[in-house]
Amino acid sequence: MKIKPIHIFSLLCILFLVYSFNIYLIPLHSKMQEGFDSKIASEGRLVWQKYNCQSCHQLYGLGGYLGPDLTNIYSAPGKGEVVIKALVKSGTTQMPSFSLTAKEESSLLQFLKSTDASGQADPRNFVVKSNGMVESK
Amino acid sequence: MNIKKIHTGKLFLITSLIVLILGLLLGVFASLNYILPGNLKETLGFISLRPMHVSSVMFWIILGATGCVYSGLEIIAKKKISNILSLIQWGLWIVAIIGILYSYITKKFGGREYWEFNPLWALPIAIAWLLFLINFFRSVKTITQWPVYVWMWMTGIVFFLFTFIENYLWMIPYFREHFISDTTIQWKVNGSLVGSWNQILYGTAFFLMERISGNTNIGRSKLIFSMYFLGLFNLMFNWGHHIYTLPTEAYIRYIGYGVTMTEWIIFVRIIYTWKQSVTDIQKHYHYFPYRFLLAADIWVFLNIGQALLMSIPAINMYTHGTHVTVAHAMGTTIGINSMILFAACFEFLSGKCESFNFDIKRLNRVFWFSQVSLFIFWFSLNIAGIKKAVWQMSLHQVPFSKMMEGLHFWFILFAIAGFCLMATLTSVALTLVKAYLGCMINTRRQKRTFFQETSLIN
Repeated sequence: MKIKPIHIFSLLCILFLVYSFNIYLIPLHSKMQEGFDSKIASEGRLVWQKYNCQSCHQLYGLGGYLGPDLTNIYSAPGKGEVVIKALVKSGTTQMPSFSLTAKEESSLLQFLKSTDASGQADPRNFVVKSNGMVESK
Repeated sequence: MNIKKIHTGKLFLITSLIVLILGLLLGVFASLNYILPGNLKETLGFISLRPMHVSSVMFWIILGATGCVYSGLEIIAKKKISNILSLIQWGLWIVAIIGILYSYITKKFGGREYWEFNPLWALPIAIAWLLFLINFFRSVKTITQWPVYVWMWMTGIVFFLFTFIENYLWMIPYFREHFISDTTIQWKVNGSLVGSWNQILYGTAFFLMERISGNTNIGRSKLIFSMYFLGLFNLMFNWGHHIYTLPTEAYIRYIGYGVTMTEWIIFVRIIYTWKQSVTDIQKHYHYFPYRFLLAADIWVFLNIGQALLMSIPAINMYTHGTHVTVAHAMGTTIGINSMILFAACFEFLSGKCESFNFDIKRLNRVFWFSQVSLFIFWFSLNIAGIKKAVWQMSLHQVPFSKMMEGLHFWFILFAIAGFCLMATLTSVALTLVKAYLGCMINTRRQKRTFFQETSLIN
């Protein structure tokens, strides 16, 4: 049988769908982070989107470039909950001030806390393996 | 007005050029925040200007790509596209664009990065794209043995719709409540969406090459088909190179790494065929579609080279989250996508009217000025990115704001080059819009005079 473009296209599409659904199923077989209310944290992500924090800030390198990456802001020395609250309320030279409701503020903090606990985004905490891949120390 | 006589392909192209002008202006305003911190912060500010700029230029590419497919189909397909469907599609896009800009101006966000608008406005886009898909398949079913560009258009249209829907999976709590998988899917979407419109635009580039050279083998060669499948393979599986630092399943990162490395084949082929393409281009030196395609060719070389290096995990660790990524994104959207779209606009919009007798000398000057500006723009972002990379890997980091102050010179250069890019690309876009509108007005006037004269004779 002669291989036609439609055969290769169909094969690649099947592989793609299998791969995609495999990724969609990850939440089913991976553990939820302990010590966090995932529902509140996910509401915090909506607050992050509502105020478009991603325009200037990154999480794991995804987001804007005007402000610092906030993946581990919660546990960073000299930062943490109090500083985050103050910065959101008063803003900085570059950042506007935001008037979050008490519920929004607590959801956002929960989101940042659980993001912080999910891993390390600081590239200094990674090592290069012999096969060229990088891995957290 | 007779709906059947409207060239919807051209309508999409003209709309895309207008959206581009808006996007370029907004880009200049947004870049001012890098040199004047806090510019307009309590009114529009970077928080609105960035998404307004990004969405506008994305719509330039998406609407332009749509215009290219419709214009191409008008030439090659026996069954014409349905103008009713394409006009509804165009109308939905206009509604979406107005709604999205309103959403940004009034700070009613709620979406994810690059699609920050209220998710409600995604609905007209999705319906418009569905109509595009139906219209496309209605028309191409009459073409036997599809050339490669028809395959690429089909791939781009189908995958855009799939990925666009995937882009909103976060609205389902099952996905959103698992931060790492949610972020993994977000990167998957970002990578594949870009891959989708690239398929449409690279397909258009092949279509234009075939049309300009008169060599119909281009679209049917086995080598081009193998390159297409390699591109498709990368669209589907290479996005994992964006998430080396994300603690997701290791196999996703390894697949991303391994698949991306196959792009070296494309890179080597570009170098191998370089001499031939340059000779061909020199033959058509004053031909604008060819000039813009040559520019795209050079930017493909620079950007694929950069992307390949950035995809090596040990290098990515430095460049991830820095302006090197921005340089790559801008280099591809302006250098490759926009150059192909300009080539297509010159080819598809041009007619026999006098208004299309361009001032070649002036346009050539504008062309070269835009290329030099883009190079400075790309270079300054890369240097800023490298400096940030050094900072983020240093053991004794100065505060973030101090590091940003250290990049001030490169940001000034970036903003000046950005302004020059805006001026030159706007000039090209306006030239095309003016010529097209001038031609339309002339044709109408001639028709009216003809009817008046014939009625006088009668």
